[in-house]
Amino acid sequence: MSIDMSQFHQTFFEESFEGLGVMESGLLNLDVGTADVDVVNAIFRAAHSIKGGAATFGFSSVAGFTHVMETLLDEMRDQRRKVTEEAVNLLLLSVDCLRDLLISARDGSPVDAPRVVDMQKKLENLLSDKKEGGTCVDQHSKVEKEHGKGWDIEFIPYVNMLITGNDPVRMFGELSSLGDMSVKVDSSKMTGFNDMNPEECYFSWKISIKTDVSSEKISEIFDWVDGECDLKITQILNESDKELIASNDDNPDHYDGIKNKDDHSHDLPKIEEKRLSSDRRVSSSSVENSSIRVSIDKVDDLINMVGELVIIQSMLAQLGKDFDNSQIMKLRDGLSQLERNTRELQESVMRIRMLPISFAFNRFPRMVHDLSKKLGKEIELKMSGESTEMDKTVMEKIGDPLVHLVRNSIDHGIELPHDRKAAGKPSTGLLHLNAYHKGGNIIIEIRDDGGGLNKEKITKKAKDRGLIKDDESLSEEQINDLIFLPGFSTAEIVSDVSGRGVGMDVVRRNINDLGGKIEVSSFEGKGTTFTVRLPLTLAILDGQLVSVGDETYITPLVSIIESLQIDEENVNIIAGRAEVYKLRNEYIPIVRLHEVFNIIPKNKKLSGGLLVVVEGDGKRAGIFVDDLLGQQQVVIKSLETNFKRMDGVSGATILGDGTVALIMDVSGLIRLSHQYSPSNNRVALDHVKSAA
Amino acid sequence: MSVMQNITNDEKSEINSGANQYLTFILAGEEYGVDILRVQEIKGWNKVTPIPNTPEYIQGVINLRGTIIPIIDLRCRFGLENISYGPTTVVIVLKVVGGGGNRIMGIVVDAVSDVYNVSLDEMKQPPDFGKVVSVDFIKGLAAVSEKMVIILDIDHLLNAGVMVSDDGQIH
Repeated sequence: MSIDMSQFHQTFFEESFEGLGVMESGLLNLDVGTADVDVVNAIFRAAHSIKGGAATFGFSSVAGFTHVMETLLDEMRDQRRKVTEEAVNLLLLSVDCLRDLLISARDGSPVDAPRVVDMQKKLENLLSDKKEGGTCVDQHSKVEKEHGKGWDIEFIPYVNMLITGNDPVRMFGELSSLGDMSVKVDSSKMTGFNDMNPEECYFSWKISIKTDVSSEKISEIFDWVDGECDLKITQILNESDKELIASNDDNPDHYDGIKNKDDHSHDLPKIEEKRLSSDRRVSSSSVENSSIRVSIDKVDDLINMVGELVIIQSMLAQLGKDFDNSQIMKLRDGLSQLERNTRELQESVMRIRMLPISFAFNRFPRMVHDLSKKLGKEIELKMSGESTEMDKTVMEKIGDPLVHLVRNSIDHGIELPHDRKAAGKPSTGLLHLNAYHKGGNIIIEIRDDGGGLNKEKITKKAKDRGLIKDDESLSEEQINDLIFLPGFSTAEIVSDVSGRGVGMDVVRRNINDLGGKIEVSSFEGKGTTFTVRLPLTLAILDGQLVSVGDETYITPLVSIIESLQIDEENVNIIAGRAEVYKLRNEYIPIVRLHEVFNIIPKNKKLSGGLLVVVEGDGKRAGIFVDDLLGQQQVVIKSLETNFKRMDGVSGATILGDGTVALIMDVSGLIRLSHQYSPSNNRVALDHVKSAA
Repeated sequence: MSVMQNITNDEKSEINSGANQYLTFILAGEEYGVDILRVQEIKGWNKVTPIPNTPEYIQGVINLRGTIIPIIDLRCRFGLENISYGPTTVVIVLKVVGGGGNRIMGIVVDAVSDVYNVSLDEMKQPPDFGKVVSVDFIKGLAAVSEKMVIILDIDHLLNAGVMVSDDGQIH
């Protein structure tokens, strides 16, 4: 009877990655010198459960590596060891290493073996450093001596070892993965068949194994049967098989911890090749985390609501059985209840997809810590609004752009300590991440108190690159906007942190793809603020249905400022073409939807229709439509799946009657209206018709 | 006897040359064929939602059980005269490969005709008409019981031009 362990793998990996997060943030909070026992304990527990899980699921490389970390943490926990900066940094690096190990265990991708071995060596060295200098040297020489030899193991289990569930076959399997192994069984204690108890162990074994791993590795395999057997591990003294050992030395995976038991271990050339081709491997087949944790409250809510829904359903069913006109009020009541319930249910289901933004923010303390050290800057990271919730898909996609922005602020924004002092600022720079809800959007601010954008430098650069004309004079806003152009970077030295000129344009594109916006404001010498505006969710939108001719379109409610009846007196026509509407103290260009979308409207006179005032990309416009129909939540369907992206249209949805309605992309529509002056429009369409 | 012989021969050639089944439809009196494995379903014509600023042959989009699929009028695509849609007018929903993955599209045709087995041997290359007619989207011409069936390369036909690239798009 074997249990399929692989069904638990997903959970194990998720929990392990979570544990790594805990370890990381714990380590970052650890004050050097004074060990906060609670924090150390938390880190230790995380490491311990990763180790336990990994051993259970047979990821011996992970378990082996974590074991060493755990030992170090254990010493810190018992206050046998001081928390030094060195140790913390080493542990942080180990966390990275462990994460890579877990990723390769999950995806079955090869392991960066030398790095793991190196890391483990460093940890072991640190562990042995604790003892006095002499022992330390001894340890080193012992390690040296052990290297490249084999072990004789005498394994004499007690009779009741099998009862505790330990299986020698598994241990041998693990041993055999360490090197060439020969086993002699001693069956002298075997009794006659009649006296035999199948639950007792009568055998003992003599194993000799040719390997270069340390004795700890061997004894670790027998950890589980500690106290249930006699175990003697001695070194093989005759070095007969030098050739084998020499070749072992060249192997990148000569260490048991790295071996993925059997599959990959003999695939050396392949592993080597991959390692060389990309020194920092990007996990290729990274399986997306396909599950989310949901608080029990949300689930309870959901169940309550489904219960109500069932009640309403049975009520309506009963009503339908013998229905007559007298019950029409009851029906109406039932339907309105149903409507309310459906909406609530929908909201709850959407809430399940919502995660606090701290999931995206969590990586920053570590990043700021590492980067500031690397760049020699002193930076304090402040985060607020971490509990702001946003859709999981948006969160996944916003991660990378945010990382880029934070890197940018650290690298370009905040100055070096002595420059800061010279500018009369505290030497420690402040980086503030803030998230909050505003309207139907989530706003994420990345604010630094660094040097700010250097307008002269930016303008000069843009001119050098030919992005703007020499004699062009730009407003402050326009200059700041230049940094989002492709191929723009003002960093004097291209560092590996940022400054290759790829980035800000990609950041803006990614955010635009999500239906969001990014803005930058900056005061020279005072700092820079990036503001990212994102929609709450990608799936559902509050829409205003408008009609033009026979068609129905949906305008996102968030972009509508107001709708009004047109008073002809307020309409002015510039140069006989461009119509503007005077709305209070503002002049708003009128976009005739029927002209932009080339459809026949019910009427062309402005006074016969309505003006929907919208804002997109910071620009206002009045969209001229025939009529407003109603407001409705619509589910966004992609046009691109089977068709292609269309200008002025952000997607489509299915209305109550099963027909398709297009969702307007307001900022795209405004852009479109600039290209289509009525006369151009006609020419362009003729052209298309002849092409077709 | 000779008929029997013929049938067995036919069957043999099917096996040998890997005959394919083609669904044929009528368009302005001619019979066209598409690979039947690409056909998802055949449905009657319903009102579509037009997409602004697309070429005339893109009728618009419909809701196919929750997915939005574009509908192409094949008469219009071939530059044939438009007729009003009648009771036999159908939409053939096809799976189109290429242009970055599979896509589902519908084509409007006059009527559905039949399903034929056509082996590769029986399929002839279309003659070159030069600039008169582009033969890119024709996979071959097949003779089925005295009739000519034009086998279409739907991937080529439906991916070409405005469907994927921005060529010919109005800007």
